[in-house]
Amino acid sequence: MIELVNIKKGFGDKIILPDVSAVMETGKVNLIIGTSGSGKTVMMKCMVGLMPVDAGKVVYDGKDFTNMNEHEKKEIRQQIGMLFQGSALFDSMTVEQNVMFPLDMFGKGTLREKKTRVMECLERVNLKEAAKKFPAEISGGMKKRVGIARAIVLNPKYLFCDEPNSGLDPQTSLLIDKLIKELTLEYNITTVINTHDMNTVMESGDHIVYMYQGRKQWEGSNKDIVFSKDEKLNDFIFASEFLRDAKEMRQMEMFQDQNWRNRIKKD
Amino acid sequence: MSRRLQGYVVPTIFRYLWPVMEFRFFHHFGSYLLMLKGMFSRPENMKMFWREFMRQCVDIGIGSFGIVFIISLFMGGVTTLQIAYQLVSPLIPKSTIAQVVRDTIILEFAPTLTCIVLAGVVGSKIASELGNMRVSEQIDAQEIMGINTKGYLILPKILAALIMIPCLISIAGFLGIWGGEKAGELGGILSSEQYWQGLRQEFKAYNIFFALFKSFVFAFIIASVPSYYGYNVEGGALEIGKASTSAVVVTCVLILFMDYLLAALLL
Repeated sequence: MIELVNIKKGFGDKIILPDVSAVMETGKVNLIIGTSGSGKTVMMKCMVGLMPVDAGKVVYDGKDFTNMNEHEKKEIRQQIGMLFQGSALFDSMTVEQNVMFPLDMFGKGTLREKKTRVMECLERVNLKEAAKKFPAEISGGMKKRVGIARAIVLNPKYLFCDEPNSGLDPQTSLLIDKLIKELTLEYNITTVINTHDMNTVMESGDHIVYMYQGRKQWEGSNKDIVFSKDEKLNDFIFASEFLRDAKEMRQMEMFQDQNWRNRIKKD
Repeated sequence: MSRRLQGYVVPTIFRYLWPVMEFRFFHHFGSYLLMLKGMFSRPENMKMFWREFMRQCVDIGIGSFGIVFIISLFMGGVTTLQIAYQLVSPLIPKSTIAQVVRDTIILEFAPTLTCIVLAGVVGSKIASELGNMRVSEQIDAQEIMGINTKGYLILPKILAALIMIPCLISIAGFLGIWGGEKAGELGGILSSEQYWQGLRQEFKAYNIFFALFKSFVFAFIIASVPSYYGYNVEGGALEIGKASTSAVVVTCVLILFMDYLLAALLL
């Protein structure tokens, strides 16, 4: 579990995150959503320690990450896997070497054991055949999958994904979402995804934090979001006619479910 | 000057001078020192550090050998021809030409001219490589893994330069002197025997020490300054180009400045 306690972050006079608190739950896909400039990326960078916070703290399973020394931070970082927006693969290395890199740096065991682990991860993302290719020779979707393989190779406890669907076609996006969801459940990881993608929100969002102008505007699950009365959230999520229709259909589907009917009546 | 012209010229001059006025020397110098300080920590994995160091040795040493070979030969040849052109007195023995060529090449041309060329070849490569890694989030990816990126990416470059550049300069000295001999022979200026006789006249071993000392100082500048510019790039492709250009310009100016300072202090 990752807790953000009264996080504040600004650049000069511009305050990006005035005061944000949130909890990212273990074994769930936690989404941070919001319009461009709402502070999602800054929040994620503060969480992983790429940006220092001005005030507040980030707590990883009870350990205050913000006030740790470099050595302690390194230990936590080795439990973090991250998928970057542009995949951030090392250009001079093959797919296999990219996935092998964290193992070479921190992993123990023989070369054969490491290679076996790399192949396991590449098989998990269906990319075993691309092992000897360079990042320049593979597609955007494949790069994302290599990024995921590299992020999970050390069996991380926390997985961060910065806009994993950006620049991908809808089919590949769904594939990536499904993969992240499966990995989260399989390894009981705390997954945090920063996204704009409505498919991801509706299909994978176990826990969603909606950011508006640097503040947490709404929090709930992908089931709650359908019945949310928050205007700003509805304007953002169900922006088009098509999505509004989809929302109504989903509401009707869920209303047929007795449990949800009871819950809505209670609300 | 008319008022209209003044209204155009003055703001234009101010616009072009502003970047120079804004040049924050102390900010950059402080950041540069902090970068150097940040490099010194125990490598996460000595084997990986060694592999990166050897890769840099090959890149800097073998990769620059071709250009060093060509410029050294021509540098020696041209020096012989120009000194012969100026020493026309029948009272001065021909062997003096070789003596002057030897000292000019050892004291100045081999270390300084070669390093100016290496600042362009090696410096721009280092700045653009690190800049590209920064922009494509490869450095962030390594930071999140818990790697000290300054220690892993910059220190091997500086160490490799400190070893390979003095070797290249030594080779440049030999090749320059050999090129001078061949140019003298081909031009019918002086025979090989006269040239070798001149090389042995009033030879000071201190000059070799001075040249090697200079080469270590220049090697440090050639690797560290472009590393600073590349590591701190912010933006995109345009900024990588700008950083690369700035790195080469600043490196060349620093080499010339240190050349003067060392000559004033040590000769």
